[in-house]
Amino acid sequence: MRFTLKIWRQKNSESKGAFVTYEIDNVSPEMSFLEMLDALNKRVAEENKDPVAFDHDCREGICGSCGMYINGHPHGPVPGVTTCLLSMRHFRDGETITVEPWRAKPFPVIKDLIVDRSSLDKIQTAGGFISVNTGSAPEANSILVKKHDSDEAFNSGICIGCGACVAACKNASAMLFVSARISQFALLPQGKVEAKERVRSMVEEMDKLGFGNCSNTGACEAECPKQIKLTNIARLKREYYKAF
Amino acid sequence: MEKLVSKIPEGPLAEKWTTYKANVKLVSPANKKKLEIIVVGTGVAGSGAASALGELGYNVKVFCYNDTPRRAHAIASQGGMNAAKNYQNDGDSVYRLFLDMIKGGDYRSREGNVYRAAEVSNQVIDHFTALGVPFARDYGGTLTTRSFGGVQVSRTFYAKGQTGQQCLLGAYSSLNRQIKKGTVTMYPRREMLDLVVIDGRARGIIVRNLITGKLERYGAHAVVLATGGYGTIFYLSTLAVNSNGSAAWKAHKRGAFFANPSFIQIHPTSIPQLNEFQSKLTLMSESLRNDGRIWVPKTKGDRRQPNEIPEEERDYYLERRYPAFGNLVPRDIASRAAKERCDAGYGVGQTGLAVYLDFRDAIKKQGKTAIENKYGNLFEMYSTITGTDPYSEPMRIYPAGHYTMGGLWVDYELMTTIPGLYAIGEANFSDHGANRLGASSLMQIAGDGYFILPVTIGNYLSDQIRIPKISTDSPEFDEAESTVKEKLEKLVSIEGKQTAASFHKRLGKIMWDYCGMIRNREGLTRALELISELEEEFWQDLTVPGTVDEMNSELEKANRVADFFELARLLVNDALAREESCGAHFREEYQTTDGEALRNDEKFAYVAAWEYAGAGKPHVLHREELRFENVEMKVRSYK
Repeated sequence: MRFTLKIWRQKNSESKGAFVTYEIDNVSPEMSFLEMLDALNKRVAEENKDPVAFDHDCREGICGSCGMYINGHPHGPVPGVTTCLLSMRHFRDGETITVEPWRAKPFPVIKDLIVDRSSLDKIQTAGGFISVNTGSAPEANSILVKKHDSDEAFNSGICIGCGACVAACKNASAMLFVSARISQFALLPQGKVEAKERVRSMVEEMDKLGFGNCSNTGACEAECPKQIKLTNIARLKREYYKAF
Repeated sequence: MEKLVSKIPEGPLAEKWTTYKANVKLVSPANKKKLEIIVVGTGVAGSGAASALGELGYNVKVFCYNDTPRRAHAIASQGGMNAAKNYQNDGDSVYRLFLDMIKGGDYRSREGNVYRAAEVSNQVIDHFTALGVPFARDYGGTLTTRSFGGVQVSRTFYAKGQTGQQCLLGAYSSLNRQIKKGTVTMYPRREMLDLVVIDGRARGIIVRNLITGKLERYGAHAVVLATGGYGTIFYLSTLAVNSNGSAAWKAHKRGAFFANPSFIQIHPTSIPQLNEFQSKLTLMSESLRNDGRIWVPKTKGDRRQPNEIPEEERDYYLERRYPAFGNLVPRDIASRAAKERCDAGYGVGQTGLAVYLDFRDAIKKQGKTAIENKYGNLFEMYSTITGTDPYSEPMRIYPAGHYTMGGLWVDYELMTTIPGLYAIGEANFSDHGANRLGASSLMQIAGDGYFILPVTIGNYLSDQIRIPKISTDSPEFDEAESTVKEKLEKLVSIEGKQTAASFHKRLGKIMWDYCGMIRNREGLTRALELISELEEEFWQDLTVPGTVDEMNSELEKANRVADFFELARLLVNDALAREESCGAHFREEYQTTDGEALRNDEKFAYVAAWEYAGAGKPHVLHREELRFENVEMKVRSYK
């Protein structure tokens, strides 16, 4: 397969970026999107030019490092898949593919397709935890949790923190991300003790960092590679109202 | 003469850790505030250690190369975490878990360390549960378990096929709590490039800021490495592609002995290589072997679709060779058996380097929903990557480099041979012998980080309370920084034609072919020549575009590959020196008549700890004899 790639290049956070066009040939349909970029970068490096910078690590869809806008969708056109697992067989031979970084005010571009997502960490630091010191936990089976609640908590807990929800949202809202964590703890008895403070601090931090509000377009749910549900946001709102 | 003192406490096995804790020196809360500790790596071990040390009141600085601590590769651990809770009433106990690990490790690990890992496993489960990790539960609300490769009890706690993710996010949450409290400072996007040793003690590190390219200095009273394994030495492995062995290797060159480097686990169930640009091999959890049956066609080169091959023409070779354990034999045995069938010409798929893992019978018996509940995300991942549906067609799998049992040598206190330098988690060598049992990795790394290191480090730091804050303005820091700078400058100045990744790929191929699942003297000797030739070519024809003082991913890769050449040579030499087969280390010359590993306990029941003797000089081997006071060394039999 061959493709025309229009890739956003930006030297650093201060400089102005622009699209650069590359042609790439001999792409096999089994390759992942990142492996296709590896092939491009190999060629670019061999020409002693600066390869396209992008975040990536586990390459199996779980670490949350990778993420780019591909043809107008975070992580590309296939639902439920991260960029590293996006297979080239989903593209048409000869197609032009546009690749951009996440675009959101709280995610400044560092270089090319790499953005600074440390604001997501800041929200977690504000309250995304249960305060228990090492050594003071009770016997595990002394905390009984309904299987249904535990499974639901798991379904919220699988967020990989990639930031696609923020990038997809026209308001750059981090509501889905925050609500996934809030939900996980709200559903478990262990998390109930600090529930009020948690939701207040995390929401306050989210607002402070410049993330927008939710206007229920559902773009985040549609684009989330882990298919985290919008109902988490409803739970976040409920938890928030209960906290005052 | 012998420099290795393992410091295993005297007394009965079950009382060693209790005795140690009762006698360990303590640091008062007021003094803890004055002491600084560096933790490198934010997997479950690193994040766990950093948060536990922060809770105790130490000043902790934590470093990782990713943009956030939550990306460490513990996140990809799938199947589960062992603990000796005996919730199933199936005869499990701390002793039984210890025994399984000792046996699984093929009698090449320390009794004292392994027993302690089993002992703290129960606390680990309690702690993660309290942190809100959503482990699988039964309808009555209690935690449930599953059985996992190589053992006969059900002791593996899990969160679908994402146990590592849930545990790492639990550890990340405890880390965040300490960051908020101010006891822990987080430094992401930093890669450790050297260790600073002052008057024989670890006192700091040199890191490269991966955004600016600038070198930075950090000092502390003690340094903890939680930098994971070096399985990416094979290039293609189940690890994250940026995982590397450089931090451990730098510590080794500064005086920390490296133990059993050739003990590398090849995981039997990974998705086979599909294209030449492939950058990694994705694991399919070993838990799948609980319900999946492994087979190849009975006829060589049978090219029919798997579902068209009738039952009587299928060779369930694990069930045939190992009737007692069947598909649940330990990883090393399952991997070699797959290689044996494929090498003999029975492999399937385009390359012939794959075997089937079939769920047909399990789906028939338990229903699709039950299988979906257990393995849903794994099946999804498989079909996303390969484009085929494992519910209707067997998976194709093949072994892949996975876990390094070897690592920095540590004593019972998890301290390396450099005073004040600790290694925890996969970065050390201590608990898994020659082969790691499934689901014991999360258990060990969490135990090391949360429950063991925070106790043992006090024994060292109690003597350090009069040492003021470590200044980074010293000749030792100058020397370390200029060594790093020189090497980076050298890498960018070669101006050759080949990328770091292309060298890495070729090195990986050498290692996989000659030092992978099956090794022999001739091949290992050949590997040493090939590695040196390739290394020479690397230093003449490498290309690294850009400069040192900027974000430069090609430079990062080149620097790691440069270290891998050196580590590869030590790894091969270790495999050569160990003239026996044990666990994952299989030397063709040493096998039984029916092709099973043949240990030599008389000569090789030791830990091989290698000392760096300087550039170009051969490493010096130190032997730590393993004493088995509680278990009898037996021939592992899974028949």
